[in-house]
Amino acid sequence: MANKIRVIHCLNQFFGGLGGEEKGGLAPQWFEGPKGPGLLVQQLSADIEVVGTIAVGDNYIAEHPDDGGREIVALIEAQIARDPDLRPDLVMAGPAFAAGRYGMSCGAICQAVQEQLHIPAVTAMHPDNPALDIYRQALTAARAGVDVMGMRDAVDAMVRVGIKLVAGEAIIPSEDGTIPRGLRRNYFADATGAQRAIEMLLRKLNGEEIGTEYPMPAFSRVAPAAPVADMAKATLALVTSGGIVPRGNPDRIESANASKYGEYSLEGLDRLSAESHQSVHGGYDTTYANEDPNRVLPLDVVRELVREGRIGRLSETYYATVGNATSVKRAEAYGREIAAKLVNVGVQAVILTST
Amino acid sequence: MPTAHICSIVPISKTVGANRIIPSVAIPHPLGDPDKSPAEEKAIRRRLVEMALQALETEIAEQRVFD
Amino acid sequence: MTLTLLRHSVQTVTLGGTAGITGGTLTVDADALCSHLQTRDDRLTSIQIGLAVPGDATRIVCVKDVVAPRTKKAGKEPGTGTLCVLDNVAVVTCGPIVAFQEGIIDMSGPGADYTPFSRFPLVVLEIDVGDGVSPHEHEAAVRSAGLDAAEFIARSCIDADPDVIEMVAWEPPHGGPELPRIAPELPRIAYLYMVLSQGLLHDSYVFGRNAKDGLPLAVDPRAAFDNAIVSGNCVSACDKNTTYHHQNNPVIAELLRGHGSRWTFVGVVISNALTRLAEKQRSAAAAVKLVADMNVDGAIVSKEGFGNPDADLMMILRGLEQAGIKASAMTDEFAGSDGDSQSLADAAPEADAIVSVGNANERIELPAMTTVFGPLPDVTRLAGGYPHSLREDGTMEVELQAIMGSTNQLGYGRLSCQEV
Repeated sequence: MANKIRVIHCLNQFFGGLGGEEKGGLAPQWFEGPKGPGLLVQQLSADIEVVGTIAVGDNYIAEHPDDGGREIVALIEAQIARDPDLRPDLVMAGPAFAAGRYGMSCGAICQAVQEQLHIPAVTAMHPDNPALDIYRQALTAARAGVDVMGMRDAVDAMVRVGIKLVAGEAIIPSEDGTIPRGLRRNYFADATGAQRAIEMLLRKLNGEEIGTEYPMPAFSRVAPAAPVADMAKATLALVTSGGIVPRGNPDRIESANASKYGEYSLEGLDRLSAESHQSVHGGYDTTYANEDPNRVLPLDVVRELVREGRIGRLSETYYATVGNATSVKRAEAYGREIAAKLVNVGVQAVILTST
Repeated sequence: MPTAHICSIVPISKTVGANRIIPSVAIPHPLGDPDKSPAEEKAIRRRLVEMALQALETEIAEQRVFD
Repeated sequence: MTLTLLRHSVQTVTLGGTAGITGGTLTVDADALCSHLQTRDDRLTSIQIGLAVPGDATRIVCVKDVVAPRTKKAGKEPGTGTLCVLDNVAVVTCGPIVAFQEGIIDMSGPGADYTPFSRFPLVVLEIDVGDGVSPHEHEAAVRSAGLDAAEFIARSCIDADPDVIEMVAWEPPHGGPELPRIAPELPRIAYLYMVLSQGLLHDSYVFGRNAKDGLPLAVDPRAAFDNAIVSGNCVSACDKNTTYHHQNNPVIAELLRGHGSRWTFVGVVISNALTRLAEKQRSAAAAVKLVADMNVDGAIVSKEGFGNPDADLMMILRGLEQAGIKASAMTDEFAGSDGDSQSLADAAPEADAIVSVGNANERIELPAMTTVFGPLPDVTRLAGGYPHSLREDGTMEVELQAIMGSTNQLGYGRLSCQEV
């Protein structure tokens, strides 16, 4: 007979039968075997054995945001050290239904288990659970109802998804009843892109559901920063996504999907030149930028404006990366880091040039 | 801190959320124009940077294109 | 007027011997081809001709273009007359990198699944040019060599008996509200075909002319099969439309297939994606007008490249919607290696019928290969490659971005992307 899938089940104080709201601060506790909904897990699948249960108070992780997940991981590791047969194939958390704090707890636990123990984790919650605002991308979460009335269905879904996770199968929201993580994953369709485009157009012409393969995103907005009262008194920094780097590309910034940005000195330079700098951006014809890099990073005129007093000071450090195929998420991260560095050295305004 | 974005494809800059946008010459040479003389190019470049400075000094409530 | 395709199905390719095709075996006289190319262009200092066969542990790097050998046997108008076509073979040009964007073709292993060019034999030209040759000249020389080689090979088969004779009939249907519509119950569909035209290694050529000029233009759909569009770009191997892709445009092929039975294929408008905002707006508006003048119900839109061409796509989709034309479009995505980032640089609510041809940032682990055409160390400089991509043992991790045709936006392949 094939080995059963070993599961450690995490739940809150209530479903663990340890008390109500008053026990909300309960630190993680270990119990051998299944408890509460864990018994239902075992009932619903002959392939699963719940080898242990961890109960933790709904408020505990909220009150220990940094360490909470790590503590659960440490507790699991301690059990494994004591008895290797307790090493789980899968960790289950919840179902949390629409309960926000319980959802946060499940989210933190699943994320920690995945990242630190490299064990698959599954949870179940209602699609409107506020925990998804934070944990959506990290979680494999089966869709559950609003409350405990939907317990059986939720556990059933969690079990089915969990078994697939352990088998290494791809989880698809429309097929497996999971909450979309907001991640894009490639797959091979039966028809070519051209065929799919034509069929999609016909559906649109016939007034049928279009079934677009890429729903348009809503980009996040940042509130405009307050202006600088007078640039003549301010420090300006230059940043570019046009890939202008010192000749030789000392940091080896990639021509596309750049994994880094560079921090370079402008000291002693009145202007950029074909000898001093080059463009490593792979997304445009770099001939003109290489001939005269000031066409992308306007050092020459900025220096003049400083001399004339129109700009107070130019920061002698500029930042450059390549904006070609670099994902928005990475670009946001670079922006945040660069901004922090600029603030640190007293820069008050930035000119960002792009190609 | 305020940032002035000098770029050619204004719709993209707007879509990704830049607030102070200065339309530039063209993708391969945002602050230059190889069809012009070096002196004319520099004048174009200077005008774009001055526009950017103006944008940095302007109070705005929402995204604005400065040109 | 009909287009007649004399199709020769190639099973095997040999280099050396009398050029021609017999019983499915194509013989390429490599020496003659070499001299032919060098005589025509003295910028070429070195030409090595090799063969890449499906299933072999062969890798081709710094691929600049892939060209199907086909030559005009009779007729003048592009898209009409008689074409001699060799199927299941292509010429591939590679060699020292010109600038960043050239791609990889693996003939076996996991990478082979992501390129259409691993499925049939390839005649590989490794080309180098003289030291004084500028990047623009380098690109032009290699491009011409690839086209000349394909023509040379096709010419050697021009009198052989074809395996299949295919007749492709198409007439521009009557347009305009006052003229009778053919098969009025069928939807009228046009194809808006964007090609890249943005400078060195970002250009395309339509009827021999740089796509920066003379577009948008309404053309006979069959012109694409007749070598009307040539690629002069490598914006990232994943979504570069190779000359081969243009010659075998899948949208045109599918629309012709259903023409008269499922829809009326009204026509094709070729348009360009330029580098200045005003030019983009002008081209988009003009292309939309040409489509609207065809009195269509719907349009398929394809593009090339990513980033700023996303803006052209959105302009076109908005314009078509405003003109009362329903559209669907194909695009690839750059959603980050984990698929967690915004996929496109621009967005519009009118873009509600989008086919995704894949996330090009997804990473793939490629095994070492026994035979490598082209300069392997240059892989680390490819768009989609990283400084650490290539390992000492010859294995590499790259993004799909670096693989030729992996996210082709003419919809040639079956790769797609979904939310999980």
